[in-house]
Amino acid sequence: MDFLADINNAAPEAILAGFGLVGLLIGAIGGDRISGLLRLLAVVALGAATAAAVIQFGRGESISAFASDPLAPDGLYKATMFTIFAKVVTYGMAAAALLMSGGALKSSQMERYEYPLLIVFASLGAGMMLSANDLMTLYVGIETLSLSSYVLAAFRRDSLKSAEAGLKYFVLGALASGLLLYGSSLVYGFTGGTGYAAIAAAPESIGLTFGLVFVICGLAFKASAAPFHIWTPDVYEGAPAPVVAFFSTAPKIAAVGLLAHILFTAFGTHAASWQQIVAIISALSMLIGAFGALMQSSIKRILAYSSISNVGFALIGVAAGVEAGAASILVYMTLYVVATLGMFGGILALRRGGKAVDQVSDLNGLVKSKPGIALGLMVLIFSVAGIPPAAGFWGKLQVFTAGIEANLLWLVLAGALASVVSLGYYLRLVWAMFMKPPGDALDKTDASVGIIVAITSLAMFPVLTIFIQLLLDAAARAAGG
Amino acid sequence: MTGPLILTLTTFLPLAGALVILALRIVGGATMAGSASKGIALLTSLGTLAVSIVALNMFLGDTSGDQYLLVDHAPWFGGSSYKLGVDGMAIALVVLTTALTPLCILQSMKSIEDRLAEYMICFLVLEALMIGVFCAMDLILFYVFFEGGLIPMFLIIGVWGGKNRLYAAFKFFLYTLLGSLLLLIAIIYMAAVAGTTDVPTLQAGLHPVTGALLFPPEVQTWLWLAFFASFAVKLPMWPVHTWLPDAHVEAPTAGSVVLAAVLLKMGGYGFLRFSLPMFPDASLLFQPLMFALSVIAIVYASLVAFRQTDIKKLVAYSSVAHMGFVTLGIFSFNETGIQGAIFQMISHGIISGALFFSVGVIYDRMHTREISFYGGLVHRMPVYAALFMLFSMANVGLPGTSGFVGEILTMVGGFQASTWAAAGAALGVIFSAVYMLTLYRRVVFGEMTNEKLMDIKDVTLLEFFILGLLAISAIGFGVFPGLVFDLTEGSTNEVLRMIGQVGQ
Repeated sequence: MDFLADINNAAPEAILAGFGLVGLLIGAIGGDRISGLLRLLAVVALGAATAAAVIQFGRGESISAFASDPLAPDGLYKATMFTIFAKVVTYGMAAAALLMSGGALKSSQMERYEYPLLIVFASLGAGMMLSANDLMTLYVGIETLSLSSYVLAAFRRDSLKSAEAGLKYFVLGALASGLLLYGSSLVYGFTGGTGYAAIAAAPESIGLTFGLVFVICGLAFKASAAPFHIWTPDVYEGAPAPVVAFFSTAPKIAAVGLLAHILFTAFGTHAASWQQIVAIISALSMLIGAFGALMQSSIKRILAYSSISNVGFALIGVAAGVEAGAASILVYMTLYVVATLGMFGGILALRRGGKAVDQVSDLNGLVKSKPGIALGLMVLIFSVAGIPPAAGFWGKLQVFTAGIEANLLWLVLAGALASVVSLGYYLRLVWAMFMKPPGDALDKTDASVGIIVAITSLAMFPVLTIFIQLLLDAAARAAGG
Repeated sequence: MTGPLILTLTTFLPLAGALVILALRIVGGATMAGSASKGIALLTSLGTLAVSIVALNMFLGDTSGDQYLLVDHAPWFGGSSYKLGVDGMAIALVVLTTALTPLCILQSMKSIEDRLAEYMICFLVLEALMIGVFCAMDLILFYVFFEGGLIPMFLIIGVWGGKNRLYAAFKFFLYTLLGSLLLLIAIIYMAAVAGTTDVPTLQAGLHPVTGALLFPPEVQTWLWLAFFASFAVKLPMWPVHTWLPDAHVEAPTAGSVVLAAVLLKMGGYGFLRFSLPMFPDASLLFQPLMFALSVIAIVYASLVAFRQTDIKKLVAYSSVAHMGFVTLGIFSFNETGIQGAIFQMISHGIISGALFFSVGVIYDRMHTREISFYGGLVHRMPVYAALFMLFSMANVGLPGTSGFVGEILTMVGGFQASTWAAAGAALGVIFSAVYMLTLYRRVVFGEMTNEKLMDIKDVTLLEFFILGLLAISAIGFGVFPGLVFDLTEGSTNEVLRMIGQVGQ
């Protein structure tokens, strides 16, 4: 297959890679003065990548590229319907997160041209790891995402906390990458191949199981699933607000989608070896995420635990296996990241005296000063918590259904318990916004934040509450292809 | 969408009113929206009442003989659909809801001062969800309404409640949610087995395609327990009733009224609509348990009520006791008992609503609910004393009031099923007289010793109107119980047919 056709088949990633390289040149010449322009161009590029992925999804079949490499007979790149769906959401979320970060970047003196480019490279990495059909491509994709993320976490160079977040993320992330690589080498050693198809065809062996466990550990770290979640609250707390809004959306669905994808394809024939592990990781994540946040007072830490818990819920779908669970993972994660984007974006965009709000008490009386945003945030919070009639409930319904169909009743019961416990802190946020007397006046928020909160909250209720069949159909199509 | 759409209109009309107020609040600011919201909310709730009366009329005029009438149907997702429909029991509860809401809104106009527009929005949303619960003919749709109702009620207790509202609102939400999630898991299991969440299909108990028995008895046991977890908390039954006194005490008057009059009924409604028809074997199996819990609830809650120092708490415990009669009647599995249970639900809706309104009257004046604070009110508030007397007597179950009909029928039904249960429940009737009369004596009779009470005013015209209407209903249904029985007879017979207990 000739090179141009390969590029064409990998169009979404090609767009991002091309833009990233050109953008670096523009940035090097123009400097920080044109960071605003570059940010808009990056949004356009991410939007174009989303559109390209949507077109691929419309074709309704898996797409392979770079298949002629002698080292990787299965092909390096293969986008299945499942991963294309995940990529659409990933790129879309990255674009939206970047779009609404303008005001926050300006007020915290982070208007540098590297910022949009790092987001683009991180998204590219996320897309590459989803499209991998070989452990080597997978690793390159993960590292592209991770290295960009480390820098993003430490983007406020003059802030100690941000630097600490970046360093912690880097050290622990490197450890996880090491685990992943070690696992990959074991898998390679015992199956004789790094391509997914070769791994799937290999016979069961103790070495393969060991390798699989290491791979799961590495990927669970990236998805911030317990017990590899320790970094999450610290990184979320230290990293700048717009970066957290990005971390909690685009790479999150990519990581969970990747974990599901590699387990379903490369290790699909070895399901007996990983099903129980994933179920335990899922239960731990849900419960640790639920209980961990109860005593926190920092919003960012609460949201970090919330994301741990929600990843746990999505993993119910992974543990349920490909037939029962694949579609439910996509539905759950899509609804979760869309609601989270609005929620994080809305809360983290609130500033008082130029400083981003940090404590739950900073939200006190929000309904008096900004009734529209408070109402939207309430819808989003209940959506993330999975309370009907908000659309997040459909996600919970889907993963619970998958769990029950796979006879994982205990896991679903753990999920129910975690739901109730986690309501303890979601309700605290609502409580602060609606029932406490207001504190000092908040700064004016940018229009883009208001728009994102309005769009996401209207999507969560009532639009997707009523038209949920559209999302379910798309996810079913993705899971079938 | 197919159907007469009258139920859809009834359900979503309050939501439309809420949206109008919301738009005004965002565009016009708090002051403007606050004063406008009074009129809009009242008009919306009266409009909803009118529409629901039209629906009742259409229901009565329908002679097709189907179990569920006025069915609106639209595809939704998977095996679930948007399906509304009512039988006699459901339409009776819908009308109870739509009739009480205007009274609540009238009362709130006077007593709520802070953030009135937001309050009215919450109340109208709550009304829509409550109506939806009674109309839903699909388990998932039912669940959405059922659990969605937690959010506005949480806000009503949390924002406009008393001093300890944080604790009460959280307890209310989390308690109910834990029960509901077990219900959700059971629903998911049923959907996975049957491939549909259509209520009539599931009530028939046979697989829609293969015709095989859906849930064998041992599976029914577990599903029944999961449904029980949810409805028992909602009803509430001893020992999961502890959220109720807290919620009642902290909620504003109208919140307490709706909580007691309508939200509690969802538990009893759930048993009759889902547990009995869908899990007949399990229902029969658990009859002794339900009888035991009912009797404990009646006796224990009555004794606890006697020891209360807070008027609202006393009425709340009395609600727990009266809900015990409902479960006793439901699980007697005979026509008398079930008719009595449905009647008791309606009657308790009127009486407990009226009692909470009555408490609200003196609370608005004195801002305390301590029994010991009051005394001798009859000297300053003769009209109030008379009305409160009537509702106290109705709560005790005096013949001639609706409370009597519900209690006697549930006990007769219970007696046919188990002598012991009926005997235990009869004790509760005595106890209820003890605590209500004690309350009445301490609050209304005696010398007026508290200086602060000296210039307390009698009921205003508005309060007289609200309490008067409820008084007429309490006596009216007591004298003409047939009004309700004719409506609910069909539902009762259907339930009995589905659990295979016809003719007992």
